[in-house]
Amino acid sequence: MNVVVCVKQIPDPATPGKLDPNTKTLVREGKLILDDSDAYGVEMALQLADKAGGGEVTLVSMAPNEEVGGLRTALAMGAAKAILVSDESLKGADALTTAKVLAAAIKRAEPDLVIAATESTDGYTGTTPVQVAELLGLPAVTFAKHVEIDGSTVKVDRQTEAGYDEVECPLPALVTVTAGVVEPRYPSFKGIMAAKGKPVDTLKVGDLGIEAPAVGQQVVDVAAAEERQAGEIVVDEGDAHERVVAFLEQLKVI
Amino acid sequence: MAFDKVWVLAEVADGKPTGTTLELLTKAREIGGAVEAWTWGGEGSAVAATLGAYGATKVYDTGDLGGALPGVPVAAAMAAQVQGGNAPTAILAATSYDGRDIAGRLSAKLDVGVLTNVVGLSDDGTSEHAVFGGTTVVKAAFTGNPPYLFLVRPKSFAAEESGGGAAEVTTVEVPDAGATNAAKIVQRHVEERIGPKLDEAAVVVSGGRGLGEAEKFSMIEELAKLLKGAPGASRAIVDAGWVPYSYQVGQTGKTVKPTVYIACGISGATQHMVGMKGAKNIVAINKDQEAPIFSIADLGIVGDVHKVLPKVIEALQSRA
Repeated sequence: MNVVVCVKQIPDPATPGKLDPNTKTLVREGKLILDDSDAYGVEMALQLADKAGGGEVTLVSMAPNEEVGGLRTALAMGAAKAILVSDESLKGADALTTAKVLAAAIKRAEPDLVIAATESTDGYTGTTPVQVAELLGLPAVTFAKHVEIDGSTVKVDRQTEAGYDEVECPLPALVTVTAGVVEPRYPSFKGIMAAKGKPVDTLKVGDLGIEAPAVGQQVVDVAAAEERQAGEIVVDEGDAHERVVAFLEQLKVI
Repeated sequence: MAFDKVWVLAEVADGKPTGTTLELLTKAREIGGAVEAWTWGGEGSAVAATLGAYGATKVYDTGDLGGALPGVPVAAAMAAQVQGGNAPTAILAATSYDGRDIAGRLSAKLDVGVLTNVVGLSDDGTSEHAVFGGTTVVKAAFTGNPPYLFLVRPKSFAAEESGGGAAEVTTVEVPDAGATNAAKIVQRHVEERIGPKLDEAAVVVSGGRGLGEAEKFSMIEELAKLLKGAPGASRAIVDAGWVPYSYQVGQTGKTVKPTVYIACGISGATQHMVGMKGAKNIVAINKDQEAPIFSIADLGIVGDVHKVLPKVIEALQSRA
């Protein structure tokens, strides 16, 4: 079974994000890393391909400056190869533009299953995977907390407000996985070494046979949010609970 | 008026429109001329009175979806209306499981973008978005043709009745969406939760990694129960499998705005803070004085949750 995993390479979440004051797009200089949320999808794909007894896991990503740092991490986990679309014309791309590019790249891998995270950690729009599915004419099951393949059907436990739904869907299909769907492996030393030699097919938008899609939205203003002020800090010396109780009393919740 | 006609995706739970649906209708009234709602699964007639009371004049319902996930068929029905000439200027949906599925599908079908994580909307057509864990507010606007799709975070707007009469219900055709509509629900599961709903509770007590082990979450549940509140959790302990995803507060979980939010053993990752910084009062208990959560807490206790929480619980029990 061939599985494509959509992965995003993002600025390290440990360093706060910034917007360029002139272009009002995300500053994405410096090293990009594999979005943590995508490690679950990569692991899921590896396990499903393994269980199916064959097939490849292909990564598909879109990133500026031919950045491959995050892809190498996922290749080191065990993915076979990667397709990276890197094109100056995609700067400031919105979710639908990104979906058009990813969909065109995914088509090349002819997957039985496409896996993505529910949303990225840096942009968290959370619509790109479903847009990709629609553009590819695929059914989708989102917010999966458990995924199984049974013949040509994917069986998913899908998170809901009230609990979860058991959902069945014929392949090919797209599934988005929540964090915690599986426990991602750490790349082994052998995996890291092997990843260096794995193929990364770097493409421009023109190579996909599509034109750079027009972006239909723009940021018009950026401002710092109203900050909450830090209040009283109490170092516990055995009686801090009294302060908590007094605070709750003052708020009349007890 | 920026928007002549606004559609609101109305989600229904336990036979009633969700709180966020009523928030969206209220906002739609403010920024739009006509307000109309969409429901699916034949829920339209049951909720037409409430939707009307919050300003919808019309409800489009898709009828029974035959077990299909709503994303594809609802988007297909909406796209058919738009392409048939019945197009709104804006469509508002909640940042929910189904809201995101429907908006994503509709966006691709109509080839229009979606503005997501909206926390503000004004009648000049701009939307506000909290980014970088809520530290920065970005204003955005569509540059292309309508309809404009907005995915709104829950609790962004107040819900107020308009006093309108019941909305008129119209059942709309769902076009054949072929292979895309093949995902079917075969069984539904409802997880039991005791006490008020997380996003409606006046008090939320949340636990994080600082609890050390899954069993200690019982302290969070105990305190929440004593305060007639709801227990919540950080993403770290949901990912670790200690509690179900439905407990998660944060960017990828629920947005809560209770009277009091008590964060126990939670350091305050931006992903968590974006979901709770709207609380009226925040109490944080964490042993690391440098934890970011203290920068937004009204009362910060630098201490071990394993020592402080049992004493708080005991003090409250002795009052009961």
